Amino acid sequence: MTLRKRFGRAVPYVLLIITVLPVIVGYFWLILSSFSISTEGLRSTGFTLSNWSFLRGSPFGRGYPSIWKVTLNTFVVAIGMTIAVIVVSSLAGYALSRLNFPGRKSFLSLTLILHAFPSVTLLIGIYFVLRTLKLYNTVLGVGLVMIGFELPFGIWLMKGFFDNVSWDMERAAMIDGASRLRVWGEIILPTIKPGIAALAIFAFISGWNAWLIPKTFTIGAGQQATLSVYLENFRGDTVAVQWGAVTAVGLFQLIPVAIFFIFTQDLLLSIYAGGAKGGT
Amino acid sequence: MKVKLENLSKRWGKVVGADHINLDINDGEFVAFLGPSGCGKTTTLLMVAGIYKPTEGNIWFDNQVVNYMTPKDRNIGMVFQSYALYPHMNVFQNISYPLKLKKVPKNDMRERAQRVADMMGIGHLMDRRPAQLSGGQQQRVALGRALVKEPQLLLFDEPLSNLDARLRLSMRGEIKRLVIELGITAIYVTHDQVEAMTMADRIAVMKEGKLQAYDPPDELYDQPRTLFVAGFVGNPPMNFLEVEVSRKNGDYHAHREKFDAIVPTEQGEKTAGKGNVIMGIRPEDITISDEGVGGEIYVVEPLGRDDLVTVQIGEAIVHVLADPVLGLKMGQNVTLDFSTHKVQFFDPQTEKSLLWAE
Repeated sequence: MTLRKRFGRAVPYVLLIITVLPVIVGYFWLILSSFSISTEGLRSTGFTLSNWSFLRGSPFGRGYPSIWKVTLNTFVVAIGMTIAVIVVSSLAGYALSRLNFPGRKSFLSLTLILHAFPSVTLLIGIYFVLRTLKLYNTVLGVGLVMIGFELPFGIWLMKGFFDNVSWDMERAAMIDGASRLRVWGEIILPTIKPGIAALAIFAFISGWNAWLIPKTFTIGAGQQATLSVYLENFRGDTVAVQWGAVTAVGLFQLIPVAIFFIFTQDLLLSIYAGGAKGGT
Repeated sequence: MKVKLENLSKRWGKVVGADHINLDINDGEFVAFLGPSGCGKTTTLLMVAGIYKPTEGNIWFDNQVVNYMTPKDRNIGMVFQSYALYPHMNVFQNISYPLKLKKVPKNDMRERAQRVADMMGIGHLMDRRPAQLSGGQQQRVALGRALVKEPQLLLFDEPLSNLDARLRLSMRGEIKRLVIELGITAIYVTHDQVEAMTMADRIAVMKEGKLQAYDPPDELYDQPRTLFVAGFVGNPPMNFLEVEVSRKNGDYHAHREKFDAIVPTEQGEKTAGKGNVIMGIRPEDITISDEGVGGEIYVVEPLGRDDLVTVQIGEAIVHVLADPVLGLKMGQNVTLDFSTHKVQFFDPQTEKSLLWAE
């Protein structure tokens, strides 16, 4: 192999390493810091487990929820969101893909606009809606808002998957004697399983990591807080930021997402590659 | 079961799928819908299946109008070009799905599915997924699924198009035999005229949503009612020449530039003195002989059993099937005999046959 060829081969690797390096360093520091008394750059000043003390009792004193209550809240939001988004998106996506009804076109373009709409601009309006419905500062309220923001994406994604299922299969099932609902549930849904799985992962992760909406529609690190909001409490106005504790909670929050990613990498790849790879 | 289509039309806004189709199908008859793609044959089939609702007209099953009956109540079986097998189910589940929906008891279901699968020669593949089967096997599963509920009407939508040539030939025979043995009324949609000719009792030729002809294969072949039917049915296709027919010395002659052929009296009587008409003659009905119309061979294409010879006569091009023994060569001069009673004549305006018009 000539030197030139060898050099050519190395180039992509070098580029990849350079771009990924900051991220890797970031994670390295995160882990290091969570087990250190303090850090000086990338050097630890000593090992400690005290940063993880939030796992037992509340670091903020009485009246504040324990980490487990907050974790439960986050799970409720993320899983509730996943289920609601899947159910609504797969029904709406099917209807938009297969049925011809008045207003179909405008509904499609409207959801697309909603998807592109910056959600920040709606926060104040939604605040009034939630307060009127007595859902302000509740996990339910936060969940509903997040579902609403996730749906346009979910519906479009599912419509795309349904579009890829052949009409013949649906017709065959109807001739075999299935009702429209059974065709949807027994024939079409199983063939787009990868799409559903991928949407589930997206919805779960966006629910799990959400900060803006829980932060806006709950009060501080109260009983209704989610992990991201809870994390923010370590940054007080009057005390110095406890970076060790912040990194430990951050790492704690990362665990479920990391587990999710490990098990679903293939499915995520198939959705990024642009569609169902058949249901076999 | 008898099927009757009465003034059946399907329109989507201005797009016409099927245009006033009228035809009867007898009990146990095998009918083919034949036509180029986009001619409305699949549209018509899907209306019979109940997937599309007719815009106009009626569909009769025996003595009942079924326009608004759902597909599942029609007791039909259908085989699709793409097979449309359910990829997440194994062969057994695919075949037994119609029975499951009918709530047939488990044991009964297993027995019936197995019987159909054995009949189709796939009884040993029950645990496989469709993706693990060859095209031919998938086709058999699709057939089994259509047959398992013992339908009164079988619909085929180009079922052999996705198979390779050799398999297509054997499946063609098998489907024909199966349908005849079971005595089920069948409608078979195809764009392949050989399939239609070989399998069907009667062929409905369609073009642009309209029914062009509805005849048994031999009649369609020997007595085409329209120019389109004549050109569409038969391979290699019929030759068409614009000629004028007149009577000379007791014989009828068809003539054009550098072309003069004697026409049988029966045909001549119906076409003489009508000005320009279109003469149609099949490549196999032209013979190369010592006397007749002279021309030059443009190209020779060996087909194995015959040679397809293209002959230039003045401005006109004529295809002839010739015996390879003759050893014809490009550029050679030949004389062609057109004097066959199988010669056809059509009106150039209406494109209808001048011989078989009703």
